[in-house]
Amino acid sequence: MRTILFIIRKETLQVLRDRIMLIQIFLPPVLQLLILAQAMTFEVKHTDLALVDLDGTPAAERLVERFTASGRFDVSVRTASGDVADEALLTREANAVLRIPAGFERDLRRGRSPEVQLILNAEDGAAAGVVQSYAGQILAAFSQAEATATRPRVGLGATRVAAVRPGVRIQTRKLYNPEGKYLAYMAIGLLASLVTIVGILLTSQNIAREKEIGALEQLNVTPITKSQFIVGKLAPFWVLGLIELTVGLLVIRLVFGIPFVGFVPLVYLGAGVYLFAALGLGLLVSTVVQTQQQAQFVTFFVLVTFFFLGGIFTPVDSMPGWAQTVAAFNPIRHFVSLLRTVLIKGGGLGDIAGGLGAMAAFAAVVLTLALLRYRKTAA
Amino acid sequence: MIAFRMSAFRSFVVKETRHILRDRQTLAVLLLMPVAMVLLFGFAIRTDVEDVRVVIVDPSRDARSTDLTRALASTHALRLIAVYSGLQPVEPTLRTGEANVALLLPTDFARRFERGTAEVLVMSDGANANYAATGEAYVRTVVQQWAAENGGGAPVVRVATRMRFNPTLASQNLFVPGLLAFVLTLVSALMTAISIAKEKDTGTMEVLLVSPLRPIQIVVGKVAPYLVLAFVNALTALGLAFVVFGVPVRGSLALLLAAALVYVLVSLALGVLISSRAPNQRTAMMGALLGLMLPTLALSGFIFPIASMPGWLQPVTNIVPATWFILIARGVMLKGVGLAVLWKQCLVLCAMAAILLAAGARSFNDRIE
Repeated sequence: MRTILFIIRKETLQVLRDRIMLIQIFLPPVLQLLILAQAMTFEVKHTDLALVDLDGTPAAERLVERFTASGRFDVSVRTASGDVADEALLTREANAVLRIPAGFERDLRRGRSPEVQLILNAEDGAAAGVVQSYAGQILAAFSQAEATATRPRVGLGATRVAAVRPGVRIQTRKLYNPEGKYLAYMAIGLLASLVTIVGILLTSQNIAREKEIGALEQLNVTPITKSQFIVGKLAPFWVLGLIELTVGLLVIRLVFGIPFVGFVPLVYLGAGVYLFAALGLGLLVSTVVQTQQQAQFVTFFVLVTFFFLGGIFTPVDSMPGWAQTVAAFNPIRHFVSLLRTVLIKGGGLGDIAGGLGAMAAFAAVVLTLALLRYRKTAA
Repeated sequence: MIAFRMSAFRSFVVKETRHILRDRQTLAVLLLMPVAMVLLFGFAIRTDVEDVRVVIVDPSRDARSTDLTRALASTHALRLIAVYSGLQPVEPTLRTGEANVALLLPTDFARRFERGTAEVLVMSDGANANYAATGEAYVRTVVQQWAAENGGGAPVVRVATRMRFNPTLASQNLFVPGLLAFVLTLVSALMTAISIAKEKDTGTMEVLLVSPLRPIQIVVGKVAPYLVLAFVNALTALGLAFVVFGVPVRGSLALLLAAALVYVLVSLALGVLISSRAPNQRTAMMGALLGLMLPTLALSGFIFPIASMPGWLQPVTNIVPATWFILIARGVMLKGVGLAVLWKQCLVLCAMAAILLAAGARSFNDRIE
């Protein structure tokens, strides 16, 4: 036990002495959290619409009005020609074309489902998908309103009531985030990424660096056991990771004003387990590579895999099946969903138990591997 | 003197090249990593909503409600994961992310439906705003359509969507040009980020300082061999985009390659600049990864549309080199536009390359004093 404390003390001193590094691991992450979290949004505030209304009836007007009244669409071009609309798309005068077919109102009245066409500038992938979903919502609401309006009525004056006719009224409710904002979701994802970058970077180069400068030899001739060595190496970085998380949570809570719905200590429980997994992985990388440069490239690869296959910025649900399977083994995927479940949705221990277990299993595997890979004798 | 400097420069480049070629393991990593990344993430980075998990709460289980359930289950974009009888609460399934959307039917659904008084509630997990909105609209449309077909209410307005400039709308294709920009810039910058810092760590910096080479020659000499490597990466990445992902190149291939060359040069120069400012390898690497990875990802328009960002932030995206390359790559590949439209973006990349190389040489110079 005393030996471990000595190593921890040595590693801590080493961290505290390196002022440049200390600034490096706190200042850029906080700045990035402040700035980048606000850049990460899929919300498309405004779409210029080229309108090709071949019907020109009140029903068509009502539909167009729903588009403009949503505040998300503006009609920038009105034309009867598809070619003109297409040209507007090329010159970016419009980002979408809405084409209402002739006979739109007649079809509606006769009970046939008319088909409108929506042409989107899909050059910017995410934006096109989002605009499509806005349009879908508007059309769904329009259909519902028309259904209510066209219901035949019977009776006279104030006693007029809707005739008994089959139908449903649909209400919708978005839980946890009724306004559909992205900031909380993305800021939490970003925080998880930053904690991961710092944690893995610190550990992955650590042993490689000692190899390069020859300090590992010195450690190897001491009576320290392998597990003492690993625990001693990890402990200071584990604490640093939790401090980093705390700073980030404060930024999210105080600067962005995002309320934390759940029980915050659960987040620390999750982070404690997750950091073992992430730091263990960094340490494993460190034992495998020969030079710091190799460590850097492997770390980069690991980090990018974490980010793109972890459901941080694009949802895991959108990924193809094999990628979803890979994501199940990705500890950051569990960590970030734990953070969101607790902080945004108010989840309790029962909701996060599965994720905790997965992260713990991952940590156990990588730490064991790191222990096996690290040899005290120089090869 | 000039002749001497030139020959010294030439031998410096030769020496740097040998350093790179000697370390086969690292070389293999440098050449294979971009390939692996483009292949892996080109398929995985998507934002389309195609597989919404739905839970239905149906206390009545009558003919009507089972029919509606069947209609939902047979919808392509929806996956029915459970039908609850209404005794157990449905909110936890949304909280854990097990389901994206829940549809709650009233008791006695069939009778209420006939009378036109059936009220259904569509609840969605709003934490992921985009997924919630789209999933909710899907479920709503199916319910409306079903009601219309069963004699209730007015018919539904259907929508046919066409994605212009990418008619097949394989969403992975839309992200591939951005992914190329992201991978190329980071791999290139990481290649050179170590270069000068390593000389400091190993103590060979002094040797370089007393050599007759000028700072700009050292900087260019460090970059030159990597430029070949980085351009090879650009070629393989573009090849993959074309062959594996079927991203078209509608415009001039020559323009695209020229832009890619300038773009990797910008990234390499950025790496050298970081390297010459950092006191040791570790700081250089931290700086390169921490400083470039997330800003490039978030501010280049690769995943998040620049037009969606707050007004004050949009000008900031101009300092990210990837922003400009993505505009060029998307323009040439998807829209087929040429230099007439993209000259400004190309010019900016060239200017960035010149400024970064000069800044790298300069901060190298400062260190000598």
